[in-house]
Amino acid sequence: MKTIYLDNNATTMVAPEVLEEMLPYFRDLYGNPSSIHTFGGQVAKKIAEAREKAASLLGAEPDEIVFTSCGTESDNAAILSALSVNPGKNHIVTSRVEHPAVKVLCERLAAKGYRVTELPVDSDGMIDMDAYRRFLTPDTAVVSIMWANNETGVIFPVEEMASIAKERGIMFHTDAVQAAGKIPINMKNNEIDMLSISGHKLHAQKGIGILYIRKGTSFSPFLIGGHQEKGRRGGTENVPGIIGLGKACELAYLNLERENNYVKSLRDRLENALLKKIPRCKVNGHRQNRLPNTTNMSFESVEGESILLLLDQYGICASSGSACTSGSIQPSHVLRAMGVPYTMIHGSVRFSLSIYNTEEEIDFVIDVMPKIIERLRQMSPYWRHEQEACSSV
Amino acid sequence: MTRGPYNETVMDHFMNPRNMGEIENPDAVAEVGNNVCGDTMKIYLKIEDNRIVDVKFKTFGCGAAIASSSMTTELVKGKTIEEALKITNQQVSEALGGLPPAKQHCSVLAEDALRAAIEEYRKRNKQKGS
Ligand code: FES
Repeated sequence: MKTIYLDNNATTMVAPEVLEEMLPYFRDLYGNPSSIHTFGGQVAKKIAEAREKAASLLGAEPDEIVFTSCGTESDNAAILSALSVNPGKNHIVTSRVEHPAVKVLCERLAAKGYRVTELPVDSDGMIDMDAYRRFLTPDTAVVSIMWANNETGVIFPVEEMASIAKERGIMFHTDAVQAAGKIPINMKNNEIDMLSISGHKLHAQKGIGILYIRKGTSFSPFLIGGHQEKGRRGGTENVPGIIGLGKACELAYLNLERENNYVKSLRDRLENALLKKIPRCKVNGHRQNRLPNTTNMSFESVEGESILLLLDQYGICASSGSACTSGSIQPSHVLRAMGVPYTMIHGSVRFSLSIYNTEEEIDFVIDVMPKIIERLRQMSPYWRHEQEACSSV
Repeated sequence: MTRGPYNETVMDHFMNPRNMGEIENPDAVAEVGNNVCGDTMKIYLKIEDNRIVDVKFKTFGCGAAIASSSMTTELVKGKTIEEALKITNQQVSEALGGLPPAKQHCSVLAEDALRAAIEEYRKRNKQKGS
């Protein structure tokens, strides 16, 4: 069966060009970039090139790019550094809808005595900027807000938020794991101090990430060891990973246009068709202010894992905010923060597309999805109640 | 190859649930919510001479919940009420060839619904008798 992969916010395919670029560095060019000999030195050159490519994607200087092992490491490094370079300050501002890499870290820090404010979001998943301003205090050490949400795709005004923080002398970090490669990012146009990226969300491999650290920002390293990454991240470089990520950044830059036209049109085609063909379903999250590749939809009276299992029978990969798929017993914290009713969270499905998807694939999903929902509604004890309730209005 | 997190028996019951639907004029019916994750099963029983002659269900829940519902109805059909009450969620899970550890609680849903329906039936019958 052919796989139809619509789970690109979970992870992406390594681009063939990226893999090609990486392969020699596993077998032939295995030198250590820190070595004095030419054999290692040529690898160091290649890493410098990758750093430049990553910097170009972000409108940054190469020196502002630190390669890490993943988005989670970057998030942890940024927040912990901000706290350690602001020893007198005890307050962290974040949002209710962060990725666990930030959310769980902040919960740990709260348990250690830091004061943590989680900004609420409205029913569209948007942050209240007035509340944000109010929560900033002289005691605030760092603000960490994601650039775009992984579940709904909702984009936050992090550039504006960073400026507000800067006016008050507060450090600003953003988790841009979902935003990078999907929407334009230009660090020359904003005052964000630190930004996290994950390689495997933009067609590089798993196990490689970036922490952008603005020139002049005080930084205290997370991984302590060698002089690598100018002393900002110890440990021998993940050479093939870095080289692959450099290539992926180059491709992401070239594909940005395609992402915002082609991918967006596929996403809209899918979303509009499902809204039309399936009664009683809705989109979660602000429909304009959103990544071009993501749609999060709720289908009344059905449960998400069951939808995913049936989609899987057709080779279609998606994900859900239902408690039953989470491995924990709590449904999506993002949809809960938006006030989506529990049963609608249970019936939520996220489709996240990439440039590798085709119109035929989307049309296939449009074709099978109504049947799947109908079938599960026949099994659902809630479905008839709702139709009655509906017809009685 | 089985696809996804479940074994073939579970997937078979999920894909082709037995006794799914409703019974008109049932002798007992109960709707029970799973307090772990919020899923719901509704079970309908037709009882003659203390024996469950027909059973149907509707379930809002994960694959394991739907498969457990289906398997439970298979296990109780034709049984006396006393026999049906002896069925546990472990038996349901075993009959399904095992459920993933995080999904054990889903089989409790079916057991609870069955017990609630029988309880309701007994209450109703007592009232009738008196
Ligand atoms: S019923 Fe929710 S996890 Fe199974």
